[in-house]
Amino acid sequence: MKSKINSSRTIKVDYLARVEGEGALTVKIKDGSVSDVQFKIFEPPRFFEALLRGRKFSDAPDITSRICGICPIAYQMSSVHAMENIFGVKLDAQLRALRRLIYCGEWIESHVLHVYMLHAPDFLGYQDVIQLAKDHPEIVQKALRLKKIGNDIVTLLGGREIHPINVRVGGFYRVPTKKELASLTANLEWARDVAVETIKFTATLPFPEFEQDYEFVALRHQDEYPFNEGRLVSNKGLDIPIREYENHFVEEHVEHSNALHSVMKNRGSYFVGPLARYSLNFDKLTPLCQETARSVGLGETCNNPFKGIIVRSVETLYAIEEALRIIKNYEMPDAPSAPFEIKAGVGQGCTEAPRGILFHRYTLDEKGDIVNAKIVPPTSQNQKTIERDLKEYVKANINLPTDKLTWQCEQTIRNYDPCISCATHFLKLNFIHE
Amino acid sequence: MNSQENNPDNKSAFRNQKSEILIVGIGNHFRSDDAIGILVAEQIKQQHLPRVDVMTHNGEGASLMELWEGYRHVIIIDAVSSGAPPGTIHILNPRKETIPTAFFHYSTHAFSLAEAIEVCRALGNLPQTMTIIGIEGENFEAGETLSSSVHAAMKTVVEEKIREIGSRM
Repeated sequence: MKSKINSSRTIKVDYLARVEGEGALTVKIKDGSVSDVQFKIFEPPRFFEALLRGRKFSDAPDITSRICGICPIAYQMSSVHAMENIFGVKLDAQLRALRRLIYCGEWIESHVLHVYMLHAPDFLGYQDVIQLAKDHPEIVQKALRLKKIGNDIVTLLGGREIHPINVRVGGFYRVPTKKELASLTANLEWARDVAVETIKFTATLPFPEFEQDYEFVALRHQDEYPFNEGRLVSNKGLDIPIREYENHFVEEHVEHSNALHSVMKNRGSYFVGPLARYSLNFDKLTPLCQETARSVGLGETCNNPFKGIIVRSVETLYAIEEALRIIKNYEMPDAPSAPFEIKAGVGQGCTEAPRGILFHRYTLDEKGDIVNAKIVPPTSQNQKTIERDLKEYVKANINLPTDKLTWQCEQTIRNYDPCISCATHFLKLNFIHE
Repeated sequence: MNSQENNPDNKSAFRNQKSEILIVGIGNHFRSDDAIGILVAEQIKQQHLPRVDVMTHNGEGASLMELWEGYRHVIIIDAVSSGAPPGTIHILNPRKETIPTAFFHYSTHAFSLAEAIEVCRALGNLPQTMTIIGIEGENFEAGETLSSSVHAAMKTVVEEKIREIGSRM
């Protein structure tokens, strides 16, 4: 009888909770099978590309960092690398390490926010983190302290808590002293233990059996787990330098979404983010990360998107260990930035934002003014894969009652930690209070 | 970029000691009336009030909690879209009232100001006094100018509301 009740219906979520930005979801089921899936995005991020035209090359890191309140460092990094590729700038080893360090801070902040505040409530059956905080204040307190350590790194290197302003083409405006960096060590050592606990905790959550055959795409670097540099590789044979990105990936407009869908030419959807990075770079993780991942039953690759919460926890541990390593080996560089000469050209930058590869391309004139800009954020690259997951998930669970299926569809989207855009955040109050 | 925003004085990393009062302007410079919270904060900052730290923020809840930790009195200024006439000034007191659940689902941050307040309440660490000043916006489209009604409200908030609240602390 159940299948009859469920044979034709629509699952609709007008405003998705616990995702960054404004999004909605519609799944149509007709005669017992999925007839349509639409993951809608209302935000218009393209405004920023227009805003950049005519501005100085040096404005790009600060302007683009406002696209996202969660991952401003990623925008700064992709933009400065693109500009540096035009000017031919070479950074010394310590400046390069400081860039990795500030990225560690952003990964810690972003991953901990998602793991504990946004994703854990799904698995534990809480409507939101407020309910979780009422029942388990100690978990939330610990999560906030862990997240704050990421914030402390970004604040120290970025110059202030929010909207970091210390990153520039060629390096930084000011670099920290050894003593300033060393002040982070004790907290990071505490964080390393908590991150191991976090991996163990997330591995105990109940996961649906749901494995898909994805094309994972991530950066891969010969020596290290990727943040800023590497080649773009996939598990299905892609292996290209960053500058060839646009020869292999194209953006398509779809009617139901304001964000463009990114696809691989002649191949279709692909997957970016923690699962892709992990599955393509397991061998570059630290021994402690590898060992802890194995101890909780996580393999060297992971094709279950619900387990992204464990993978994010492993990457949090990596970021903490990497931060400790960089701080230990730090020597203050002679100059906070490398010299360069402005010239005209086209440059690409692609770095690993917490949610996956973030591609920037700029064309500059001879004065260094931006002629045009292209920005492809991770979420627009994952949109097609999210829709595919939804379709497959609903197909496999079509007999669930609507409320349960709706919850799990939302969870399927939250697996990707979609950052639809933080370009606006005003509070839509639906009451008047004088 | 706004020169005020890039003023190194705003670098809290180099701030030695917290004041008693924190004023946070939330907003986005590139979303028209959504910039109001930031603009109000920048004007108040120029007054160099004693015992007061003034900051701007994008509204992400978890980092807001970190920001106001350790302050006794916190005032938040943000743009609001409730259907009231543009320029209407809403004053909310989170210590006396729970912000309605619907509030969460319309913020574009996954973890918003309202959730930050409720998590603080659940953990028992809300600041001693807290006031949210919401200014009703009219236009939230991409752009860098304020509507005239919102611009007028800015003056009222800077000159009257902040003083009024400050005198009660």
